[in-house]
Amino acid sequence: MRRIAITGAGTINALGRNVPETLEAMREGRLGISDLAFRDVDRLSIRIGAQIHDYVPEDHFNRQQIALYDRFTQFALLSAGEALEQAGLEFAGALADRSGVILGTSAGGMNTTDENYRTVFEEGKNRVHPFVVPKLMPNAATSHVSMQWNLRGPSFAVSTACASSNHAMGQAMMMIRAGMADVMVTGGSEAMLCFGGIKAWEGLRVMSKDACRPFSANRNGMVQGEGAAVFVFEEMEHAKARGAEILAEVTGFAMTADAADIVMPSKSGAARAIAGAVRDAGIGLEDIGYINAHGTGTAANDKTECAAVSEVFGRHADRLMISSTKAMHGHIIGGTGAVELLACIMALRDGVIAPTIGYQEPDPECALDVVPNEAREASVAAVLSNAFAFGGLNAVLALGRAP
Amino acid sequence: MVEILAEQAVRDPSELRMDHTLDDLGIDSLGVVESIFAIEESFDITVPFNANAPGESEFDVSSVAAIVAAVERLIADRKA
Repeated sequence: MRRIAITGAGTINALGRNVPETLEAMREGRLGISDLAFRDVDRLSIRIGAQIHDYVPEDHFNRQQIALYDRFTQFALLSAGEALEQAGLEFAGALADRSGVILGTSAGGMNTTDENYRTVFEEGKNRVHPFVVPKLMPNAATSHVSMQWNLRGPSFAVSTACASSNHAMGQAMMMIRAGMADVMVTGGSEAMLCFGGIKAWEGLRVMSKDACRPFSANRNGMVQGEGAAVFVFEEMEHAKARGAEILAEVTGFAMTADAADIVMPSKSGAARAIAGAVRDAGIGLEDIGYINAHGTGTAANDKTECAAVSEVFGRHADRLMISSTKAMHGHIIGGTGAVELLACIMALRDGVIAPTIGYQEPDPECALDVVPNEAREASVAAVLSNAFAFGGLNAVLALGRAP
Repeated sequence: MVEILAEQAVRDPSELRMDHTLDDLGIDSLGVVESIFAIEESFDITVPFNANAPGESEFDVSSVAAIVAAVERLIADRKA
């Protein structure tokens, strides 16, 4: 069977402008959540988020590009740039045709939508910028990445709310495994921190006003973040033949649907996805040393996720580590699984388990080793990354050390 | 208030009793959130309610009577 190597990684999020900065912040348990700053924030009841402050598009893109690139596209392009530089691949000829892009996003160009609704509804103007449609479409990031690096193979965008990037990366992995492509640029991006984005989320009453405290008994909701992470997935022999540095191996993937409720998570849907990913990786349950949890910090997710992990792993659930890095970088919705994959790579490569910060009180319904507040050194050979979306769509990836 | 909750419960308003809980009425978590939205819109108030910890919210949703009392307080606070 064709195996999948990760040969490049890139990111921008509230913890860092690149992978080394982000991993350092994760090791140190740094908080990326702060007061939100954007127009009309005073009309919101939720005013915190993991926003990338002091981000200036003009530092990275020219005027023509900014006219076409929503914030989520900009984040994807910056992340892809870092990942592809690390991978050191040039895409021309046959390789270009056998290389594609699959990126996840939940909302696509939400800032563009928000700004232009404001223009026509609030300001009463009858004209918007001509590029609104190509700027806000959820596949814009995928398309611009393919254009910039000449990736001419299978490419599309995936939108499954909070599981978008895990579904995207799973699909990318399956395409290489199936022989449809040799290189896939994949991950996810989200930029929903704007008035309309947060206003919509406020309505569900699941957001915290003060902090994200996954697995802690006093948790009171999720905190949103923004950003992207993009990876280069490459067929193992292709990577080895050119002597590429392999960061980790993507070994397994599974996805399930709860087929139950549009917002409430289900233990069995999550458990089937977790067990499926381990099975697909061809390893034993006891081989899993670390799980990067979905861990949103809502009452419902965290207890359901812990119950699912306990059900799948039995006694081994008490031996493995499970942490949620969302307390640091926020819930990046359609980009969150991609940013969280960085913590999985850090665990495998550097032997450092990112902590669950903000942890204050044990919850008997989340009685697992959640690596509270401080990173831990540990040698793990296989890890999982969980993502369970609104709509009951679940996607779990399994990773192993580079061979 | 009774009309809002009765609509969520898909019942006639006359069937609602003040001691009914939301469970009795078959109103689930999404129904609670939708009811609160309707209450806020109807009475022009802001209801402090976090679905993560309904028991600990300042807004008591333990029964129809409790919700009515809480809304009356919020309306009084707004006028004050």
